[in-house]
Amino acid sequence: MAGKIFAVLVVLVTLATAYCVIAHVWWMPIDISLHGPKIDQQLEETMWVAGLLFIAGQIVLAAFVFLYGGAKSRTKQIPGGAKYLVIFAFAIVGLEVLGLSVVGSKAWGAVYFEAPDPNSLHIDVQAGQFAYYFRYPGPDGTFGALHPELISEANQNYFGLDIDHDADAKDDIVTAEIAIPVNKPILLTLHSKDVGHSFDVRELRVQQDFVPGLVIPIHFTATQTGRFEIVCTQLCGLGHYNMKAYLNVLSQADYEEWLKKQAAMQ
Amino acid sequence: MAETTAHAAVHHAPPQGFIRKYIFSIDHKVIGIQYTTLSLVAAFIGMVLSWAMRIHLAWPNAHIPILGWLSPNGAPGGVMTPEYYLSLMTMHGTIMAFFVLTAAPMAGYGNFMLPIQVGAADMAFPRLNMASFWVTFIGFLLACATFFIPDGPPLSGWTAYAPLSAVGSVAGPGQGWGQNLWGLSIALFCVASLLGSLNFIVTTLDLRTKGMKLSRMALSTWAWFINAWVSLLAFAVLLPTCLLLVLDRLAGTSFFIPGGLVFNDQLQPHSGGSPLLFQHLFWFFGHPEVYIIILPAFGIVSHIMPTFIRKPLVGGWKVITFAEIAVGTLSFVVWGHHMFVSGMSPYMAMVFSVPTLFITIPSVIAVLVWVFSLYGANIRFDTPLLYSLGFISLFITGGIGGFFLAQPSTDSYLHATSFVVGHFHFTMGLSAIFATFAGFYYWFPKMFGRMLNEKLGKLHFWLSFIGVYCVFITMQLTGMTGAVRRYSALVDDFMVPLLPAYRFMTIAALLLGAAQLIFLYNAIWSRFKGPKAPDNPWGATTLEWDTTSPPPFDNFGGRQLIVYHGPMQYDGEKSEMQTSPAPSIAGT
Ligand code: HEM
Ligand SMILES: [Cu+2]
Ligand SMILES: [Cu+2]
Repeated sequence: MAGKIFAVLVVLVTLATAYCVIAHVWWMPIDISLHGPKIDQQLEETMWVAGLLFIAGQIVLAAFVFLYGGAKSRTKQIPGGAKYLVIFAFAIVGLEVLGLSVVGSKAWGAVYFEAPDPNSLHIDVQAGQFAYYFRYPGPDGTFGALHPELISEANQNYFGLDIDHDADAKDDIVTAEIAIPVNKPILLTLHSKDVGHSFDVRELRVQQDFVPGLVIPIHFTATQTGRFEIVCTQLCGLGHYNMKAYLNVLSQADYEEWLKKQAAMQ
Repeated sequence: MAETTAHAAVHHAPPQGFIRKYIFSIDHKVIGIQYTTLSLVAAFIGMVLSWAMRIHLAWPNAHIPILGWLSPNGAPGGVMTPEYYLSLMTMHGTIMAFFVLTAAPMAGYGNFMLPIQVGAADMAFPRLNMASFWVTFIGFLLACATFFIPDGPPLSGWTAYAPLSAVGSVAGPGQGWGQNLWGLSIALFCVASLLGSLNFIVTTLDLRTKGMKLSRMALSTWAWFINAWVSLLAFAVLLPTCLLLVLDRLAGTSFFIPGGLVFNDQLQPHSGGSPLLFQHLFWFFGHPEVYIIILPAFGIVSHIMPTFIRKPLVGGWKVITFAEIAVGTLSFVVWGHHMFVSGMSPYMAMVFSVPTLFITIPSVIAVLVWVFSLYGANIRFDTPLLYSLGFISLFITGGIGGFFLAQPSTDSYLHATSFVVGHFHFTMGLSAIFATFAGFYYWFPKMFGRMLNEKLGKLHFWLSFIGVYCVFITMQLTGMTGAVRRYSALVDDFMVPLLPAYRFMTIAALLLGAAQLIFLYNAIWSRFKGPKAPDNPWGATTLEWDTTSPPPFDNFGGRQLIVYHGPMQYDGEKSEMQTSPAPSIAGT
């Protein structure tokens, strides 16, 4: 009796889980980056491979528990013993993980082993408890140097720029939201002024930590216009849950308009 | 692998007086029960913390009066602040991972059972053993003390990433003395684990009774033995890591703090440290740690199953044991899979991803052994077996999540989402808890000389099994939306619609918690009022069942045991004790 109940429960759980996955009850949002489809495809393939193992594992468990509950005076071992199990694990699972390693490393490499496009639009990002700031190089195309000792929320000097002495810094445009032109390669450099944070835009399929003391580059190209949430996914203190900003993907014309407005507000 | 006959190596007289008998005892059985009790208390504290968190997530303005009493700052009027949420979360993870999951199945049951299972009178170093427990106890007190200091417990998570954990109060509330106590508490836990591991290793190697070859050891002993090696190497790294962290906080060093940090517009005096170094050190410990938690569970389940399916595991002792050794060894070369998006070189991601994927092979072998051993069995559905079956199902579910997280491409989407939280609750959390329950229902008669109530045990199992899936499958699957972990409230546009799912999880978690009260009642009632346990209530074969329940002070009443068989002498109704000179039943 207990065995039959257990088997039925396991089957129910398996079906419910499979349903949630197949019906996309909870699923990824739209994908708006050039590299994203590779990641999505990798996830779908893994879902097939791992999903089948999941279903097979649970169903075989349920079946054996269902079947072998009665009192028998003799027991028997599966024909061939452990040999076939070990062979199965090495051959099937081994091939599976080998396949995932190879295909998966391509998906990863396509994003992370490639140098950024030399014509990328370079934007600097500063994270701090609990906000992001973005910096565009301005008309001169060069970023001013950073001086941590000058960082001051009070004076709205979020990056620590020396505007009085540094010509490069004078025309830098600092903003609280980030706007980018659609279909343009983007290069971000991530700085943190205090603790670890993260730059996560689900629709871009980009998640990258900020590490204080390091400058971390990431690059991507957005393929659709729209307004998307940037959320912090690295525990950074009491305001962590509320640390966010917006990414606005605009047409080239709208972007230029926006940047002009921002420059005027500096 | 010579057989040893050093049976009499440990000899100490029975203790006199209450204090030496029950408090500062050097008897491994008392120490085992002390560890188990400590874990039980810790588990209930950890569970209550999780209720508070879940209630806050589902009903952010809920008044929880007891919290207001515990911390007028953290929960003014009983409504949790975001920082107090994170503190509770940190302590939930810390207490569960260290003081429950690492302690109970290894130090608790292992202390009680390992010497008996190898036929020894005690651990190799009984005084060291006592020291292990009391150091753990002080560590636990320090962890609990964080709730009562003005600043409250730390909020940097059980992973305590620097520099948040290293710079002190400038980083915000909860980063004052709470974090120092946390570092010291875990450092003490490391010391205790190191001492304990040495004891386990030496006892297994030196104190086996006559005829107890390595190949004849109980599978639980095997797992504890392997695990002791893994613990020895892993805790040896966490210990200095905790101490360096505390030095950064108190002595002005900069191991983990780089230069140029600014808090509240103040430049910090540190320079030259590396936050990524902390992550590497933590996960060099942290990944083996998850296997330190699961290996004893492997052992317990492998030990219990043959008794209730009335046949040996397929592949005998060898296949499952070699799978455990492979898992334990490989677990030292995969730690970087926790750091795919940390800013570590993307080439290193591949170096860690490939062995992570390959570690699934021995894990799959272990699962296949358990599942296919059920083939042709004669299953008896007592509570210990139900919990073992539950363990298998949960471990399969959890392990499957590993395929997604092991690849940097897919992990870069899933990292830090509730998918990860679901994954590790299935594997490290609930699988290990289910195996711990299996062990509890199995060994309780031996430890206390009383039987547990079987009906209540089964009820506890059904409710727990259903409850666990309701909570954690939902948690894992909602992670597919990118739902971020460690958030004290749902404020992001895409997370607000998840509220109904979060409420469902909260209700299920509370019911799951309520089911644990059945267990508590059963354990306490049976301890005093349960029917007397026979020596061998389950018809098992290993040495712990070859003595009285509970065993006498020297475990076997002065008998010198001789072992003739491996532990899995079962065939249907028949079984043969390891000490029985009768011919073997089965191949092992
Ligand atoms: C079966 C093969 C497994 C694979 C391939 C695997 C893979 C992974 C990976 C890659 C991560 C990092 C995910 C991230 O943070 O983004 C992870 C997290 C985790 N895994 Fe596993 N895992 C497996 C089994 C286990 C087992 C057996 C346990 C415990 C006994 C476990 C416990 C954990 C824990 C505790 C974390 C998260 C820790 C944290 O971030 O707080 N995993 N797993
Ligand atoms: Cu954050
Ligand atoms: Cu890991």
